[in-house]
Amino acid sequence: MSKLPSRVFTRRRLVQSGVAVAAVVPFLPKSLAAQQRQVVIYNWDSYIDPGSIPDFERQTGIRVRYDLFASNAELFGRLRAGNPGYDVIFPTNDWVARMIAADMLAPLDHGRLSNLGNIGAKFMDAPHDPERAFSVPYFWGTTGIGYRKSVVGQTPESWSTLFTDPTHAGRIALLNSDDTIYAALKYLGYSLNTTNQSELDEAVELLIAAKPRIRTFAPDNGEDLLLAGEVDLCLEYNGDILQVMEEDDDLSYVVPQEGGLLWEDDMCIARGAPNVEEAHEFIDYILDAENAARIAEYILYPTPNEAALALLPEEILNNPAIYPSEATMAKLEYARYQGEDVAKMYDDALTRVLAA
Amino acid sequence: MQSWRESPGVVVVLLAPAVLWLLLFFLIPLGFIWVISFGERAGPVAIDITWTLANYRDAIDPLYLGLFTRSLRIAAISTVIALVIAFPVAFAITFASPRLKPILLLLVILPFFTNMLIRTYAMIAVLRRNGYVNFSLEQLWEAGAFALQPFGLAGMLGERFVPLDLLYNNTAVVFGIVYVYLPFMVLPLYASLERLDRSLLEASLDLGASQFRTFFFVTVPLAVPGIVSGIMLVFIPAMGTFLISDLLGGPSSQLIGNVIERQFKAANNWPLGAAMSFLLLYLTFVLLVLRAWFEKRDRGRG
Repeated sequence: MSKLPSRVFTRRRLVQSGVAVAAVVPFLPKSLAAQQRQVVIYNWDSYIDPGSIPDFERQTGIRVRYDLFASNAELFGRLRAGNPGYDVIFPTNDWVARMIAADMLAPLDHGRLSNLGNIGAKFMDAPHDPERAFSVPYFWGTTGIGYRKSVVGQTPESWSTLFTDPTHAGRIALLNSDDTIYAALKYLGYSLNTTNQSELDEAVELLIAAKPRIRTFAPDNGEDLLLAGEVDLCLEYNGDILQVMEEDDDLSYVVPQEGGLLWEDDMCIARGAPNVEEAHEFIDYILDAENAARIAEYILYPTPNEAALALLPEEILNNPAIYPSEATMAKLEYARYQGEDVAKMYDDALTRVLAA
Repeated sequence: MQSWRESPGVVVVLLAPAVLWLLLFFLIPLGFIWVISFGERAGPVAIDITWTLANYRDAIDPLYLGLFTRSLRIAAISTVIALVIAFPVAFAITFASPRLKPILLLLVILPFFTNMLIRTYAMIAVLRRNGYVNFSLEQLWEAGAFALQPFGLAGMLGERFVPLDLLYNNTAVVFGIVYVYLPFMVLPLYASLERLDRSLLEASLDLGASQFRTFFFVTVPLAVPGIVSGIMLVFIPAMGTFLISDLLGGPSSQLIGNVIERQFKAANNWPLGAAMSFLLLYLTFVLLVLRAWFEKRDRGRG
């Protein structure tokens, strides 16, 4: 891993409470905008390499305005009352479905995306957007267990290490989001999209029984707790653990054998986007094999861009924390958006766990 | 010259900016939330206002009522601790020399120079296992072990230093609330102690009451308006806090504020969040009414 650049990746870092993301998109007056073509990007923090934006601006003459969000809820909230001027946005798959249902996304013109063929066939047939009418995949990933090797010893092959095993009592962090419910459902052998209340109840009971051994339900900063030595095991997103693995060799990441969440962040054009043409050009630039490979090599998330995969070094492709094995992949599951009533079922389950 | 108090035109002009501000940025948005609390979700974004009471029925579900109770408990404990810490501080500032007073007051408001979120993160750096508190304790432990070595007692302090788990529990949440809201307790207490007629204290002492009796039977009753204001200013925001419990809390630190925040964000259930917010607001009204009642009674007595 020595060749990998070392810096801090912060895609899902703990900024949702509002510090980093108060940035406001500055708007050019109409007359100025007409002279200079521009595109307004709204992306996760540290989710692109530093070279791509200047390179895109040079190649196309389009000026990029770049703004950051810290959670899907924040992105959704920003667009809820109408698009304040964003062109390209990067929601996660289940939120893409929610945004399609809320009519927040503009249809993509595949004719303008000359590099769309680079995306792997299995990604083109996505359950949340079957025709890819509104979204193209940017990066994808998993949830699993981040852990400290010297303390935990054996690889935690099962979710039971977090939920039932007393060995590491008090040294475990879960997430205070639906992801914890998803992991419990997978451990119990259920779908993480179940709408069966008794299966959800079982997951809730499992988690409540585990609570005495849980240090905290982290607001998506499990990797920080792991790095700081507050906990030895945490439920987290692969990319978050990868970033701290860069800083500390003693940390590792595994997707347990019961499987877990498979997620995918997409590039979409927000409904009412002022620069639809430029937005397509930007998306097409990212879809280019070389550009996608450069970004993938920098942010270390797995890319859905098949042509880019061919350009990536072996050490990245063979890292199971980034690209899980076929066997693991088979057990992963996308979270589906199943309407607001099902969303409430999951939120109630989480509230019950945290309230107990 | 006619006093400006007697000219209604001037009063209107002077009040207009504040009234307009409150109306535009407080009452009208609050009105929207109030209306939404009677709405039904008709999709991911759409909310039909049907004047249903279902959200309030949901909000008083035992699940959420338990969290209201937990929030009440944590807010009450934090408020009492803040009062106990703040009273001597306010008292000391009142009796400090005129030269020292502004400096002490500046120290009280100094934390406001930094954003509350940053200060809460700073508490993590102070309290975590490899934070400043544990670091200091470890130094003390090493010094102790070194000092005991000649007597063959080094083992008395244990094999090695075990850091304390100070973070991620309800104590840390209470600590965080007290830390963040302490100035709101000190300032009104100081204001009311400053106005206090010192000849009354002298009279009490001259007439043979002990310092202790004078404090509890003269000073404290005279400071009641400040105490009540301080309690309001700490208790009310503590009831609604979600940031402190999110960052410093443990597995059982979820407060009603966290649930409300989630309804407006990840859970995307604005009507329920709005109903919960208003239940919290009504509770605040009850407290304000109680305060007004107390004040009226006190004035009636005086």
